[in-house]
Amino acid sequence: MSRVPLDPRTAPTFQQAAKTLLGDAQLRKNVRHATDVIQAKRRKLVEEKQDWQQLRESARQIRAHSLQHLDVYLEEFERNFTRAGGVVHWARDAREAQSIVVGLVKQLGANEVIKIKSMTTEEIHLNNALEESGIRAYETDLAELIIQLGEDQPSHIVVPALHKNRAQIREIFRKAMDLPDLGDKPADLADAARRFLREKFLRVKTAVSGANFLIAETGGICIVESEGNGRMCLTLPETLISVVGIEKVIPRWSDLEALVQLLPRSATGERMNPYSSFWSGIHPGDGPQTMHVVLLDNGRTDVLADAEGRQTLQCIRCGACQNACPVYRQTGGHAYGSVYAGPIGAILTPQLMHMDHSQTLPYASSLCGACYEVCPVKINIPEVLIHLRNKVVEQNGWYAPESLAMKAVAFVFRSERRFRAAQRLGRIAESPLVKREKSTFPILDQEEATKSGWIGWLPGLLGGWTDTRDLQAMPKETFRDWWEKRGKA
Amino acid sequence: MRVALFITCYNDTLFPSTGKAVVKVLERLGHTVEFPAGQTCCGQMHWNTGYQVEALPLLPRFLSQFEHAEAVVVPSSSCVAMMREHYPLMAERIASEGGDASLPHRVAELLPRVWEFSEFLSKKLGLTDVGAYYPHRVTYHASCHGLRSLGLGDGPTSLLKAVRGLDLVEISNLEQCCGFGGTFAVKNADVSSAMLAEKSRAVLNTGAEECTACDNSCLMHIQGALHRQRTGVNTRHIAEILAHTEEDELDAVQAEVKL
Repeated sequence: MSRVPLDPRTAPTFQQAAKTLLGDAQLRKNVRHATDVIQAKRRKLVEEKQDWQQLRESARQIRAHSLQHLDVYLEEFERNFTRAGGVVHWARDAREAQSIVVGLVKQLGANEVIKIKSMTTEEIHLNNALEESGIRAYETDLAELIIQLGEDQPSHIVVPALHKNRAQIREIFRKAMDLPDLGDKPADLADAARRFLREKFLRVKTAVSGANFLIAETGGICIVESEGNGRMCLTLPETLISVVGIEKVIPRWSDLEALVQLLPRSATGERMNPYSSFWSGIHPGDGPQTMHVVLLDNGRTDVLADAEGRQTLQCIRCGACQNACPVYRQTGGHAYGSVYAGPIGAILTPQLMHMDHSQTLPYASSLCGACYEVCPVKINIPEVLIHLRNKVVEQNGWYAPESLAMKAVAFVFRSERRFRAAQRLGRIAESPLVKREKSTFPILDQEEATKSGWIGWLPGLLGGWTDTRDLQAMPKETFRDWWEKRGKA
Repeated sequence: MRVALFITCYNDTLFPSTGKAVVKVLERLGHTVEFPAGQTCCGQMHWNTGYQVEALPLLPRFLSQFEHAEAVVVPSSSCVAMMREHYPLMAERIASEGGDASLPHRVAELLPRVWEFSEFLSKKLGLTDVGAYYPHRVTYHASCHGLRSLGLGDGPTSLLKAVRGLDLVEISNLEQCCGFGGTFAVKNADVSSAMLAEKSRAVLNTGAEECTACDNSCLMHIQGALHRQRTGVNTRHIAEILAHTEEDELDAVQAEVKL
């Protein structure tokens, strides 16, 4: 059941990956359908909340405040969680987190774990690390199970298998669970998954989870989910190991009031998620008797240090930006080469990678602003994208071909005389490419109508435009020329 | 009112007919139009693509050209969005790096007087009917910057609804980006084209003869697909529709007969 995880260090560029995925009609249909359904549900529930904008603002403030005092709240969490019988581990990077979890499982003498959906463990490729140490991980979230059995990769942070339809899921189950007679109704598939998982729940004694929030005040951990499989992992095993990004901490229990109203509505279009689990420490005779939390940095403190990029860490992983993003909706998540796809992935991944990889991700957006509009904690994603683009440009240096061209254009814009010369030059340069044709438009401006010309092919970088689009030729007279003539007349 | 026109580099070079239409509408409404000749570009392309250092000098340039205007009108929602969202940041950056310390204050002074063209008509002047006549079936594309950054709302469509003879038909994916996004259209040409295909399909499904918007950049993109596919459907900036009158229509029909 091994698979190659999404890894920004080895992933193709966004453009390359997108090109391939755009050719997959079934995948695009599935992504479109799933995001349409979730968005419609979300819109309805947001409309019924009169105080939605105030809630967003409170949540933004809670998250921004938590990040500003992250050290204080993490230590408070550590004290309270430890007092309640848990053990806190600190991991600087993916490798450290992997070795802590593998070490803990080995100490227990276990060779298998059950897992509840966790994008953080996907981020650090935990399943592969476990497997290399001879430990088998069973995903218990239905979507993650589909991904695991299909040797696939998650495509969405909330709905990892949204790029698959029911028929494809049935095929995956039939093959992996050896069920030749499996039906194709949702109930048939759910039943197959239930039987497959129930046996794991009852047998496996160690669980690995992520978390939605850490509550400093109580030393508590919060997980919200839809299926209840997570709750099985949290309550049945003897040992629970949670791997959590350090940014997930919030100060108080009461902060959840705003957050758990925003999260399910934004994520799945539900008023409340069906299962919400909160626990702090060990309770004799009830639930896991050993609890560990691995607090993961893996680049987060560097994001925190960047005043403009910091708001990225406010994210509560609802995936609303992915559903709303017109770019994500065309390609699905795999094009982003990372477990974090869509607009949030386009800003989070490059920062977690210290801008060393995924240079194309900040450009995987038309800056249309749909992500910012739906974000429940008001992360200004377009602004962060522009900030990261600036970092990419600085990294690539002035001698990159694009940089030289942009500098030349900027030089032109700094003088009216140069700008006018460039306009004249542009008309001369384009003229061999222009095909004159009679306008089919209703005529408003006679001169333009008779001289209407079109460009169907452009060289070099600009060829991307004319692969699928025509370009109207420049009119003979600029506006400022017309204005001057008019003044003299 | 004395209105200074910021035509934008894009309209100046590629869509002079839009600028002429803006002048015509404003003068018809009794305003005086001025054109500060030293103007060039707002800096959006550079800023949004990551070339912040290159974009910065365009801010003081814009200020010196326009800060004495009573009102600045811009027939491009994305350029206005650029100014409102990023000029304060740019001014802060220049000031903090030892440049002109007066910039943040001057930007804050000027920005409330900068208007997108349709916004100037509907919000500043409080107009819906500007005396236009345009006997065509038209659909309106809400460009992302107009929709989300400027919050134009139904201002542009109210203006269009008041145009005599105009049959306004609503597009199904009004809030969806057309896929232009400046350099995005070239850097991510494949995804951009896929987004454009959706938008142009929706335009065609309305059965409109023309698609209009407050931004020629979106329209150039949509028109690129509509022309490549030989749909016979046209795009036109909202100013050109609002400028058109019954006399123009008569002239146009006569010109068509002569052609």
